[in-house]
Amino acid sequence: MIVQKTVRFLDERLRITGFSKKTLRRVFPDHWSFLLGEIALYLFLILIGTGIFLTFFFSPSAREVIYSGSYTPLRGVHMSQAYESLLDISFEVRSGLVMRQIHHWAALLFLAVLVVHMLRVFFTGAFRKPRELNWIVGLTLLTLGLLAGFSGYSLPDDLLSGTGLRIGYSVALSIPVVGTWLAFLVFGGEFPFGNIISRLYVIHILLIPGAIGLLLGLHLAMVWRQKHTQFPGPMRTEQKIVGTRMWPTYAVKAGALFFLTASTVTLLAGLFQINPVWIYGPFDPARVSAGAQPDWYLGWLEGALRLMPAWEVRAFGFTIPNPFFPGLLIPGLTFNILYAWPWIEAKFTKDTAPHNLLNRPRDVPVRTALGVAGLSFYTVLFVAGGNDVIAGLFNLPLERVTQGLQVMAFALPLVAGIATHRICKELKGRPPKTGDEPGHVIVRTADGSYETAEPEKV
Amino acid sequence: MTAVRRIRVLMFAVGIWAGAISGTAAAATPAAGLEEGRVLFENACANCHGAGGTGTNLGPSLANAGAAGADFMLSTGRMPLDDPHRQPVRKPAAFDGEEISQIASYVASLGDGPPIPEVDVEEGDLVLGQQLYAENCGACHSSAGAGGAVGAGLEAPALRHATPVEVVEAMRIGPGAMPVFQEQTLSKQDADSIASYLVYLREVPDPGGLGLGRIGPIAEGAVVWLLGIGMVVLICRFVGEKE
Ligand code: HEC
Ligand code: HEC
Repeated sequence: MIVQKTVRFLDERLRITGFSKKTLRRVFPDHWSFLLGEIALYLFLILIGTGIFLTFFFSPSAREVIYSGSYTPLRGVHMSQAYESLLDISFEVRSGLVMRQIHHWAALLFLAVLVVHMLRVFFTGAFRKPRELNWIVGLTLLTLGLLAGFSGYSLPDDLLSGTGLRIGYSVALSIPVVGTWLAFLVFGGEFPFGNIISRLYVIHILLIPGAIGLLLGLHLAMVWRQKHTQFPGPMRTEQKIVGTRMWPTYAVKAGALFFLTASTVTLLAGLFQINPVWIYGPFDPARVSAGAQPDWYLGWLEGALRLMPAWEVRAFGFTIPNPFFPGLLIPGLTFNILYAWPWIEAKFTKDTAPHNLLNRPRDVPVRTALGVAGLSFYTVLFVAGGNDVIAGLFNLPLERVTQGLQVMAFALPLVAGIATHRICKELKGRPPKTGDEPGHVIVRTADGSYETAEPEKV
Repeated sequence: MTAVRRIRVLMFAVGIWAGAISGTAAAATPAAGLEEGRVLFENACANCHGAGGTGTNLGPSLANAGAAGADFMLSTGRMPLDDPHRQPVRKPAAFDGEEISQIASYVASLGDGPPIPEVDVEEGDLVLGQQLYAENCGACHSSAGAGGAVGAGLEAPALRHATPVEVVEAMRIGPGAMPVFQEQTLSKQDADSIASYLVYLREVPDPGGLGLGRIGPIAEGAVVWLLGIGMVVLICRFVGEKE
């Protein structure tokens, strides 16, 4: 009754039935790998929710205060108000610590899921025409995600976050010609920065989430408009799309997915402590800590900085500061190549036809091999970000580990790429398992016993 | 450090220093068991450190190691060393408490090294300890005391096993690549405070769950990729179709 009345009310004013009918009957993909993007969406929602909670208690201020809260080893210590409010969130605010931990774990997982989602799109060729634009939007979402992570990591104003900012600053400084000027503009002064926290705060809670929200809308709108891709299979062709109806099956599945995602991050946050800023202590430009690392998603940049030999390069009469190459050139090249990839590939394959069917990775050995090679390069960089930890773990000299990783950064991609190419070629010929291949059949004989029979005989 | 705190530290330092002179004298007097200590030393240590601890090319002279040096090296199990070409590491002590004090008093008699320090963790000031630890030790041992690499293949170990006495001994003798922190730099009160902070770090449970060795983002990243992504894939396969 009520439902009917409401629907009629709305329909008479907004004419929603036509649209909703179409919506509810839409089909959605049902291969499991298509759910990764959706999980990233839910993680984003969780980040927004817990983030709003945190804004109620966080104060983005560099004003110096004297701590008087319940964490004894810091009582009476001078610190920024930002750091103090973080201690309060962790020790004073009810459920503050678990909210902080959910927020941080969700951020780490969000970026990991984005990367896996991107790899799925890459290796199955889902970025090909007509979906190049959405590939670009997706990459921009990843970039924004990295920026969100970095800006958030730097907000607590603890010892480690200050170290991260200092590295960011030195990388910005290293840009030829405009570096000093640009670093000044972004960081608002020389290190240690005066009001960087309040700047980062606006960027972290307003600009980046706003931009992510807009682009996510665009991302989904394009998926909606272009419909999803699918692996080739019975009934699945370039023109015909197979999937689950929005209502009721897909909606229920989506709900389940949301709650399972939420429980995953809550489980992580409940079991594992993350970023115990109270142990690290307030930021102090005169102090450093051994083993200071950025969060994993910046580990590859940290690794590049650590692997870069101390060369000094002069060009056009300028000395190009060393951090420029690992800190800006590598990420710059990485993202430019990724952005241009759909066109690069189309140029080499001369394939400009639209595609709605996905590739199996083995069917495109060259792309798969290049992808694996790239992935192994970044894995080496990522591992290098923790070279000191590895040296400690395996009891090896740090310098030796670094040299080994420098060689690996070039050797591993080559080996992995060639191996992948060969494996793909090998697998390519084999047909997919369909389940109706000829096999043995078990037949019951007249006397009640069983025997196997060749398929032809049946 | 605030001005007030600085004055407080200074006052403590002066007071403790005055007290420390008498304490030092008492601890330096050779204890009983000197002869037993000499015998143990000749058997277990002399092949590297030479008869009478004068040093060989396998081990340094122990003339200035003192009771603190010997007690630290023996109670942390670093000595007797297995391989003189590797960094000594912590392992179960090879001698019992009595033998250790006998060897220590023998080593102390070889020269005038530092005595075994007196440590009163209860006297320590936790806040001062946190500050001093961050200023003097965190750069090598990490701010969470998880340890770290110090270059040239050497490692500053994690500090979760060292007893308060071993902590202060390490400061006074500077084992291996670690610098020496003498009473002039870090007073007894400072040393007690650092020891009490390390006890606090070890004993107070992590409020946020499992600490993951407190090595920070590396362990957290591993959890996200192994456990987090693992669960996400399981969830996807549970909700979605496999083929
Ligand atoms: C295999 C050879 C070897 C044996 C056996 C050995 N040591 Fe050592 N010892 C060393 C070396 C090498 C060092 C220097 C280690 C370093 O600085 O990293 C050392 C350092 C020390 C030091 C610190 C010296 C200083 O000035 O810092 C003390 C004290 C010490 N040993 C005591 C002992 C005692 C007591 C024993 C017997 C229980 C013993 N050692 C057995 C090789 C040995
Ligand atoms: C320059 C780096 C450096 C600094 C600074 C430093 N240490 Fe060390 N520390 C080391 C190294 C290296 C070792 C291992 C020594 C060896 O080879 O036996 C060590 C060993 C120790 C040990 C022995 C741990 C164990 O379980 O065996 C303790 C305790 C210790 N340090 C405490 C401190 C304290 C307290 C401070 C600050 C007052 C400090 N260290 C400052 C480098 C450092």
